[in-house]
Amino acid sequence: MRQSFISQNPSVLWFLAALGLFTVVVTLMSEATGVGLISTSFVKTLGKTLCLCLIAIAMDVVWGYCGILSLGHFAFFGIGGYAIGMWLMYARTEAIVVPNLMAQTIPPTPQEISDAIGNQIFGVVGSAEFPMIWAFADSLFLQLLMVVLVPGLLALVFGWLAFRSRVTGVYLSILTQAMTLALSLYLFQNDSGLRGNNGLSGLQNIPGYEETSQAMISIVFLWGSALALALAYVFFAWVVSGKMGSVVKGIRDNEARVRFLGYHVESYKLFIFTITAIVSGIAGALYYPQAGIINPGELTPIASIYLAVWVAIGGRGRLYGAAIGAAFVSLLSSWFTGGGAPNINLGFYTIQWTDWWLVLLGVSFVAVTLFFPKGIGGLFDYLVRKPS
Amino acid sequence: MRYFVLAIALWLGTFVSAQAQELQGILQVHADEVAKPSRRSVSVALDDLVASGLPQTTTFLEEWSDRNVWQRNDGIFFIAREQGDDLTLTDVDTGEQSTASKDDFTQIRPNGGVRRVIGTALVQFQLSDPDLARRESAVDSIARSPETEQLAPLLASIDGETDSTLKARKIQLANFMSARFADETADRIAAIESLAKDTSVEARSVLNQILTTSEGVSATMPEGNIARILETGETPDAYYTQLVEAGLAPPRTPPQTIRAALEAHVVDGRVGQTPIAQLGTEEMREVAYSQLAAAGTVPPLVTIADRDAALSAHVFYEEYDESDTDITDAAAAALASVETRVAFAQAADLALDGLSLASIYFLAAIGLAITFGVMGVINMAHGEFIMMGAYTGYVVQLFIPDYTLSIIVALPLAFAITFGAGVTMERLVIRHLYHRPLETLLATFGISIALQQLAKNIFGTQARPLTSPGWLDGAWVISDVIQISYIRIAIFVLALLFLALILFVLKRTRLGLEVRAVTQNPGMAASMGINPDRINMLTFGLGSGIAGIAGVAIGLYAKVTSEMGADYIVQSFMTVVVGGVGNVWGTLAGASMIGFLQKGIEWLNPSNTLAAQTYMILFIILFIQFRPKGIVALKGRAAAD
Repeated sequence: MRQSFISQNPSVLWFLAALGLFTVVVTLMSEATGVGLISTSFVKTLGKTLCLCLIAIAMDVVWGYCGILSLGHFAFFGIGGYAIGMWLMYARTEAIVVPNLMAQTIPPTPQEISDAIGNQIFGVVGSAEFPMIWAFADSLFLQLLMVVLVPGLLALVFGWLAFRSRVTGVYLSILTQAMTLALSLYLFQNDSGLRGNNGLSGLQNIPGYEETSQAMISIVFLWGSALALALAYVFFAWVVSGKMGSVVKGIRDNEARVRFLGYHVESYKLFIFTITAIVSGIAGALYYPQAGIINPGELTPIASIYLAVWVAIGGRGRLYGAAIGAAFVSLLSSWFTGGGAPNINLGFYTIQWTDWWLVLLGVSFVAVTLFFPKGIGGLFDYLVRKPS
Repeated sequence: MRYFVLAIALWLGTFVSAQAQELQGILQVHADEVAKPSRRSVSVALDDLVASGLPQTTTFLEEWSDRNVWQRNDGIFFIAREQGDDLTLTDVDTGEQSTASKDDFTQIRPNGGVRRVIGTALVQFQLSDPDLARRESAVDSIARSPETEQLAPLLASIDGETDSTLKARKIQLANFMSARFADETADRIAAIESLAKDTSVEARSVLNQILTTSEGVSATMPEGNIARILETGETPDAYYTQLVEAGLAPPRTPPQTIRAALEAHVVDGRVGQTPIAQLGTEEMREVAYSQLAAAGTVPPLVTIADRDAALSAHVFYEEYDESDTDITDAAAAALASVETRVAFAQAADLALDGLSLASIYFLAAIGLAITFGVMGVINMAHGEFIMMGAYTGYVVQLFIPDYTLSIIVALPLAFAITFGAGVTMERLVIRHLYHRPLETLLATFGISIALQQLAKNIFGTQARPLTSPGWLDGAWVISDVIQISYIRIAIFVLALLFLALILFVLKRTRLGLEVRAVTQNPGMAASMGINPDRINMLTFGLGSGIAGIAGVAIGLYAKVTSEMGADYIVQSFMTVVVGGVGNVWGTLAGASMIGFLQKGIEWLNPSNTLAAQTYMILFIILFIQFRPKGIVALKGRAAAD
């Protein structure tokens, strides 16, 4: 069985080999091993890029294979980030606050500890009370469960409602976009219980590992992200390759026909939608400790659309294409907007890429949609077999 | 006859001048009170001055209040202006001017309290002043801070009032004041009952002032005009604080005080008998504190049970400041009736707000609805066409300084420019992506981010003004509660015009016929000799052009920024999806629903517009579950995907 799976999907081995090689090389050249050819902040950027690849392949499964253009997967990504961020922030504040309280004459009561932590965390939004949603923030295990459960349940309920009433196509896209907008608007409020537009910060400090250098932590997260990406890649490759994969692709190509063949289309769509949402949540949980900060601005509908852009540029309907697209566009984007690209002096006008990058991205995106619907991944077709 | 009148006037003149000697006389009678006025003593002098009815009294009182009255050493009062070391004197009666050295004079400086008393006396004169502006300002000053003694002069001045508007205002004000200050209870109740139909802010504040209450606490059931008895269940601690402040109970010991007291009494690692390591809970701390209290070292602990016992032993109440029950009952009844009327007025106001928001959404969405309905294409760049329209308006205003003219130029120009942009986009991009709706969505999104960034590069990130013509400033005020700004009325009219125009184009023209044919069945339409390509292009241009005009309209009341389109795009999608695709009436229904709904939710939760938007979107998501094809769903073959 395993033999046939690999032979069906030769790309899996190639992808895993490339990913492994990449991770090892980056590790060897990082500051953690003392070589220092790659700075810690760039290791973090690469680690974050791997997380973006992870959500991109999830997006590819739901859009490229199942034909559901979800403009809400970045919301799941953000939820994952918030879930892990709550624990990171709580545990870190606790680690700072409790020794202070313990140093006083009388040992603190649980209420005093909770008040002090609450004051630290929610002082910026003028509150000191712990909202209900922070009930499990002191437990890493429960918050990790949240990373999986909250996006999963949200996707399940939303998907069940939407698919049940046969909302399809652009309607579904708009609806998922509305969901994302509602979520980000909610988080922007100060009384959302998640610090409003301040978001959660200081997430790069891992409680219990205060002594460990950021260089080391960045490598650990790089490996964590790479491992998650590898596992998800194999899992999704398996999902889309078997009999189930055929049904899913059938739904993409002609939903009505699959339904008439006797398949319960809604269940398949719901499964794909939910499982990809969960993977998105995990990707977010790995991404934000590397980014260090999460705020509602990250969850706005535009982020989910960019996700679709990455997948489209990378090439839909092939997992490695999505991963390549996400890595390529996001790295290129940070190169251009970070001032890495040289400005072009036309004599009468200087093109500054920080200003013009989005114009270039927009136009090239239109060009890709029009002329290269297979995206970057399409180039591999030329390598494998000669163009006819 | 003419001579006769003249004679009378002359006679009156001599009469006045004959009497005129008397103001100085009155002043001399009260020389001490005038020269060194105090709040208590001045009223005697004022009463006599007022009673004299002399016309020059007004001027004198004003000058007195402004510290322009000086007293000569021999006791005579003058109105005087300082000029270096000299004074320009004016006789209080004759108005004769003279100059004298300052040395022989003392300035009279009434303090603030006296000036207020003088001001009150002045009001009576000003109320019947021949100058209309003075009378109006007197009425306004009474309205700002009504006092008991002003009621009588106000009532007296009503009959002689010549200006009808001011007379009505005086009657209204007198009514308000009677409700509060009239001597007879029956008069007050009558005045209060007449206020029951008045929804103005002033009338409501009069009623509220009659109904002001103060909180009190006592051990027994209180006497007096009690508004209500308060329940202590909700916030016992706040009520207990009230008890403590009234000196009826010992203060509670907050956790910090307990903690401080315990810390202060640590002996050998113990507080009393308790080791400090055990003091990590509230209960243990209270136990240890009670032990300290029993030993007499700290004040006794007031436990929750003590607090509740103290609370139940007392009655908390709100008492009306007005002692007469009949009046407070009448006022409460009048206020209830006013509030019902205000609630209706607010509902009407809310409906107007909803209507104007609905017309904005309609304008923003109708272009989208046309392209979506006819071509099945979602244009994510629609918001950017709105933005282009708004920037067109801004640029036009740079060249044409006259705001009215510039708007008249900007509207068709915005249409032309966005029409052109739409047609270009259709030719270059969308034409190649028919039958791939999801990819159209993404391609137009690419165009959208490029256009947005382009606008940012050209116009900068800060908001640009699009100024509306002067005649659109201000608001149509129907009552104190209901008002709507002219610009919103203009947008509403514009929306109506477009509704009519689009209906006309679709139902009454050749183009509309062809558009409807292509909407229903492109293949069949093509076989009938209609060129679907051309229709698509024109439809897309039309939809984009309307977006441009909507942009000018939206820019007039909101700021023009590169991101303004993005603010409206999701709402526009919602409008189209909720309303139902391919139908002008559907878009109208969708816009109305979303507009009214948003205003309604904002009214329920006015402090938080973000929450209102969140709930609205959630509602729309649920709504789509029950009507996936929108309010006005197409039927038959046209409805097939």
